[in-house]
Amino acid sequence: MLEQIFQFLVTGVTVGSIYALVGLGFALIYNASDVVNFAQGEFVMLGAMNAIALLAAGLPLPLAAIAAVLLTALVGLLLERLAIEPAKGASVITTIIITIGAAIFLRGVASLLWGKNSLPLPAFSGDEPIQLGGATLLPQSLWVLGGTIVLVALVHAFFNRTLLGKALLACSFNRTAAQLVGINVQVMLRLAYGLSAGLGAIAGILVAPITFSSYEAGIMLGLKGFSAAIVGGIGNPMGAVAGGLLLGMLEALGAGLISSGYKDAIAFIFVLMVLFFEPTGLFGHKAAERV
Amino acid sequence: MLEINGLNSHYGPVQVIHDINLGVHAGELVALVGGNGAGKTTLLHTLSSLHPASAGSISFDGVDITRWPSHRIVAAGVCQVPEGRQVFAPLSVEDNLRLGAYRQYSDPSWVRQELGRVYHLFPILHERRRQPAGTLSGGQQQMLAIGRALLGRPRLLLLDEPSMGLAPLLVEEIFRVIVELNRQGVTILLVEQNARAALAIAERGYILETGRMVKAAPATELLADDDVRRAYLGY
Repeated sequence: MLEQIFQFLVTGVTVGSIYALVGLGFALIYNASDVVNFAQGEFVMLGAMNAIALLAAGLPLPLAAIAAVLLTALVGLLLERLAIEPAKGASVITTIIITIGAAIFLRGVASLLWGKNSLPLPAFSGDEPIQLGGATLLPQSLWVLGGTIVLVALVHAFFNRTLLGKALLACSFNRTAAQLVGINVQVMLRLAYGLSAGLGAIAGILVAPITFSSYEAGIMLGLKGFSAAIVGGIGNPMGAVAGGLLLGMLEALGAGLISSGYKDAIAFIFVLMVLFFEPTGLFGHKAAERV
Repeated sequence: MLEINGLNSHYGPVQVIHDINLGVHAGELVALVGGNGAGKTTLLHTLSSLHPASAGSISFDGVDITRWPSHRIVAAGVCQVPEGRQVFAPLSVEDNLRLGAYRQYSDPSWVRQELGRVYHLFPILHERRRQPAGTLSGGQQQMLAIGRALLGRPRLLLLDEPSMGLAPLLVEEIFRVIVELNRQGVTILLVEQNARAALAIAERGYILETGRMVKAAPATELLADDDVRRAYLGY
């Protein structure tokens, strides 16, 4: 029994890492503009599908992965430039609806380009399971974990150690003041979309060897990433990471101990409970402001 | 240094600013006085390009900046201390100041030196430099907003109602700093509802009423003017 639970937790952490990365992408755009980008899941899907297509076109895996990330970042940039920027001055809700439209559009394009089947990406370093205590671990899980740790550290350093990261935060804290200190808010938004798309793409590529990918793989991953972000307190990048891990482990435990049919329900009920008792999320800042 | 000619500004169909002419020479401290809703903040927002001008022109050092985006105007040396301070509340005091120097990244040694100067000017900011800006008192936030604008390396400093909501003693302190900055060579356009305090330290003054410039004269003359006294000084 104990071994089984350990196995569930190992699986949960792997899946949770992916949710964490997707949640991080949500936090990035939210921090720059107070907008929840519902095309975030599509960035994850595009990363995986691009990599699969480029690999099939003959590129070696590492090169295909890098090119796929850059390509997806470019899609994010274009999405900001062509769909978000023309609606400058629109309310946050309007912008969110635009991102929902963009998600449907990207999904449609993906189904036209790559069809409706699930496609695999080969694992980075083989499929030979690793024995860990009583649990087995796919080598790809280690890639997922390692990738997540590196990316989380980078994003954390970006927001806390660089002026550029703080300028990005400043845009959402006070747009007027951000403009008055000379921050080009438009450029910051493009940066946020580009980075967040790249981040999503990496998540998609890391997980594709485990789950496969298809044109609609972004829907569930996007929703779970969004859940991770709100569980952790939206806008708090490290909260999103914690939220993702928590969500992943709960899901795996629920699927293993109760029934795998309830996997998604368990995750979403957990989100509802968190929002009910802690509307700002578990790690959302409730800083008092003096005016 | 600053030359505004026939400036108009609208919010939707409503015209807020009507044919404003205003000039500020290098080294001057000029006060722009007017009541609530006179259009003072709109004028400053138009100057910093937060709000578009619908007609007229703004030139800075002889260059037309009317259609420039905000960040370019800041880079040129026109820095604004906005109404209601507008600090980045969750960020630390020092981060707020460093963001003020966002356009000065190419000169880190100047930024370090200027940061020291601002801390010297407002020692309380140094004491609280690691605190979130939102936890400061109103007066301290005003100091922070001024300090942040100073780190933008202003040649022209625009101040929007720095006395708003502050206790008289703090107002005095803030105005003392404004005079001191002007003496150190920063050209200042001070926008105020507190006409008495503003005109007392300015060389020249403008009076704005419902979006129109109604008077422009040396500050001492305005302080002695009967209309101005009745309307703005209350005696």
